[in-house]
Amino acid sequence: MSNIDLSVQVGTLKFRNPVLLASGTVGYGNEMSEFVDLNKIGGIVTKSLSLKPRKGNPPQRIVETASGMLNAIGLANVGVEVFLKEKIPFLKKFDVPLICNIAASTIEEYVECARILTEEEAINAFEINVSCPNVKEGGLQFGNDISAVGKITNKVKSVTKKPVIIKLSPNVSNIADFAKVVKDEGGDAVSAINTLVGTAFDINTRKPKIKNVTGGLSGPAIKPVALAKVLEIKKTVDIPIIGIGGIMNWKDVVEFMIVGASAVQLGTLNFINPSAATKIIEYLEKYCLDKGIEKISSVTGSYQI
Amino acid sequence: MLIVDAKVEEIIELENQIFLIKILSPEIANNIKPGQFVNLRVSESTYPLLRRPFSVCDVEGDFIYLMFNVLGEGTKTLANKRNGDPLDILGPLGNGFNYEGSYETAVIVAGGLGSAPFSYLTRKIGKSKKVLSFVGGKTFREVITHGMNNILTATDDGSLGFKGNVVELLNENINLLNSKVIKIFGCGPNAMLRSLSSFCIKNNFECEISTECAMACGFGICQGCPVESTKDKDKYLLVCKDGPVFNIKDIIL
Repeated sequence: MSNIDLSVQVGTLKFRNPVLLASGTVGYGNEMSEFVDLNKIGGIVTKSLSLKPRKGNPPQRIVETASGMLNAIGLANVGVEVFLKEKIPFLKKFDVPLICNIAASTIEEYVECARILTEEEAINAFEINVSCPNVKEGGLQFGNDISAVGKITNKVKSVTKKPVIIKLSPNVSNIADFAKVVKDEGGDAVSAINTLVGTAFDINTRKPKIKNVTGGLSGPAIKPVALAKVLEIKKTVDIPIIGIGGIMNWKDVVEFMIVGASAVQLGTLNFINPSAATKIIEYLEKYCLDKGIEKISSVTGSYQI
Repeated sequence: MLIVDAKVEEIIELENQIFLIKILSPEIANNIKPGQFVNLRVSESTYPLLRRPFSVCDVEGDFIYLMFNVLGEGTKTLANKRNGDPLDILGPLGNGFNYEGSYETAVIVAGGLGSAPFSYLTRKIGKSKKVLSFVGGKTFREVITHGMNNILTATDDGSLGFKGNVVELLNENINLLNSKVIKIFGCGPNAMLRSLSSFCIKNNFECEISTECAMACGFGICQGCPVESTKDKDKYLLVCKDGPVFNIKDIIL
């Protein structure tokens, strides 16, 4: 064993290493636990939860694009009640920080979800999805509205003592303004970025390849955009950032940390290689060893521009 | 459910642009059931990015066979593999066919590349039941009977066997079916499965079908492959986890 310290801190949240699994790519942990030792990863972010169960969008929900994929799942989820009753018991078996992602159609629904979920001890923090591009109500409608993002942050904070992370949309012209309002309203951190709105059409039928017409683009295709957004926030606002967007390997993790991320989330990669997190953590340690870095947290924001 | 490093043993072209790939993978070969599938990573690069799902076509010893046609980048990359190339396989995935039971005759109904899972099913049923296979395609080129027995064929253009679709061919042979206790196993395009569904409901035949859908992960986390359930209108089933084999009465095609 080396003496490398892989632990990181995002506000008051402590993670044993910076590698978290992103919302919507880890379900509620049970399937992923067959591929990766959940006790070894930094943290888990659950699939978005809404107050009531959501059926989600009709098929076709996903299509592959160049080095990426479009999805329009439509926040299919079991709802807060079933989550607490049926999903939490499994997650409790693991020693891993649990971040509950919340999606909603109204500000009141965000608050109500947080108010109920905060009672559950196994939940360590909340990630608020104000940026889902695939639902008619809520989602991006909030993510593009700076005063709504501020209000959601403020109201959710008022019902929970647990850290609140706001997941920001990249589909805005100045993401740092949104990060600033999160900070001003008492938010503990931001995660960046959610997916980019995109579409794909069939040239023979002239129809969209996904039923929802547009979807959220993820995967390595969006990594440069995500890095630029993280850097923009880091340079402008003093708030912890969780970097997300197209991470495929340990080098991508280091890159996100250099531009300002305190931790990262693996997303699309979990679909392709569900055991990737384990290898990435190993290689991060090796990277630190090779570079003489004692604490990986010192990499955050260490860019040389 | 495992991720394994497998090896390409051989690629055989069955018909014009329809291939059979033989893969060395003892872990998968020894555990997979007819109707289950694997999710293949065809490239280390980010294009194609996602795995590609294929139902298992057959198993021989430590080898599995998958059947595919070249449709896009993924299958093109796969067709260009050479003997000995490594392959990253995730599997076995999903639920397979329930081929054991008290029926006498297994009736296989396949359309086009829907023949893929039936070589292995035929092998596993072996001599325990009689097997009758109905195989259809647009033209004789799309009629794939690999590994099947007791075959009746249908083509849309009449270039081979009965002129018409495979469900019409079943209907022509209804007396043959009515004289036995049968169970139908179907796989093919959605239009075919829809008419197979009406046929089975009308005649009260037990039927399981293997379905397909675009998917990313193959094991339930991406939620990319929903299918409408007849039992619960408020929830989709997932092709990857609840299927890909369903009782034909349980889903809306």
